[in-house]
Amino acid sequence: MSSYKHFIVAALSISAISVSSPAALQCAPVPDSVTLNPNGKLYSPFTFNHAKHIQSIKECADCHHHTTGTLVLAPNCARCHQNSSPTAVVSCKGCHLAAPFSPETLAAKRADKQRYHLDKMGLKGAMHQNCIGCHNKLGNGPTGCQDCHPRTKEGAAFYSTNRKGAKPAHAEEE
Amino acid sequence: MKRRNFLKACLIGGTTIALGKTNKGWASGSFEGYPEAMGVLVDTTRCIGCRSCEAACNKEQKLPEPDTSFDDPSVFEHDRRPTAKAYTVVNRYQKEQPSGPVYRKVQCNHCNEPACLTSCFVNAYTKTKEGAVIYNSKVCVGCRNCMIACPFNAPGYDYDSATNPIVKKCILCYDTRLKYGKPPACVEICPQEALTFGHRADLIKLAHERIRATPDRYVDHVYGEKEVGGTSWLYLAPVGFDKLGFDTTLSNDPIISNVKDFLGMVPMVLSIWPALFSGIHLLCKNQEHDGHGHDTDSNQEDTKP
Repeated sequence: MSSYKHFIVAALSISAISVSSPAALQCAPVPDSVTLNPNGKLYSPFTFNHAKHIQSIKECADCHHHTTGTLVLAPNCARCHQNSSPTAVVSCKGCHLAAPFSPETLAAKRADKQRYHLDKMGLKGAMHQNCIGCHNKLGNGPTGCQDCHPRTKEGAAFYSTNRKGAKPAHAEEE
Repeated sequence: MKRRNFLKACLIGGTTIALGKTNKGWASGSFEGYPEAMGVLVDTTRCIGCRSCEAACNKEQKLPEPDTSFDDPSVFEHDRRPTAKAYTVVNRYQKEQPSGPVYRKVQCNHCNEPACLTSCFVNAYTKTKEGAVIYNSKVCVGCRNCMIACPFNAPGYDYDSATNPIVKKCILCYDTRLKYGKPPACVEICPQEALTFGHRADLIKLAHERIRATPDRYVDHVYGEKEVGGTSWLYLAPVGFDKLGFDTTLSNDPIISNVKDFLGMVPMVLSIWPALFSGIHLLCKNQEHDGHGHDTDSNQEDTKP
């Protein structure tokens, strides 16, 4: 998924700046929009309006667990990371894997006995929970699947959308 | 054999059987599943009821088109159970709660000691070392004992085919995915990661860790960790499991334990009883011979005063 390149580029540039002058953090370049789900088969790609979210939320840490500007605030994370320095990576993809249940990932988890973050969510789960969770909490954002990304033709077939209005399965039982 | 020896043997044999019975079904329920068994942890606090898992299962298992689209929320108006056309269904509970509804995915739970497997007299079911309970339609005779035995109402019967009886249920995508270490289709598509795939032993630790880290979010119980001897599918819930349609009256013993004691008697009946009763019969006969010797003359009774 190349869409997160923007995030990574931004993160890297921010970290480069922070070495020279920490004061420049706040005015570090952040992407105004990001294309999410670029290679989606069932759902089409869509543009995430980053600038609009920055305007309405203002606090980076509300979405990103850790940023280059703010220390970790989430109480559960702060237990260990209270004084952690700003990190180079702020994008979701930097930590959350695209294939969290692949045989390779599971084997690596089993092999690493020292690993603490065993219950780290995958990329898809993390992003959906972040978006839908916040939209639900604030009550002013889209929460339906197609409110953000409309289905492709393939997606419509996958979900059998043409069967809409047909007699529901449970009606036969009555 | 002398009568004294025979009675002694009977006494010893009887005591052994009695002791075995009190010993709780000969160590039943001690099997904790295959060490490398995989499983799925369902976190009902994460599920948003999108039914993507149902659609993914439908395509992966090449099931017939659904009666209504996988977007149709009207299916939530009634409790559904898995059928031969839908190996998994999502039901909605706690609709009136201010915290919002809770959705629960239902499918075969892939028990460590499956009741369907033990109830099947043609061995159509197999518990694989990967944790899946799979089914062989070639030997199935369509008796549907498994449907009665299953404590979770999982197997569905294909009533459309009279000549080829087939019981259908979730097989954890064994043929196409699990065999190769890959997660089932429902897990892969879940947008909320309400389903977590991994080694069963790890998932149990994970589930308890989630409860420990956020105790306000969950009730302190992992459904499937111990129920009916443990299942490969495990559940976390924000409210009592009884409120989400789970059977909370199930014992921690596998279903087989209910009949294990009784079934253990069968070989005893077949092997010991014939010897026992013929022994008694012979003894009685001998006694009659040695004692009074009035067995030959049948008219003797009539001559008695």
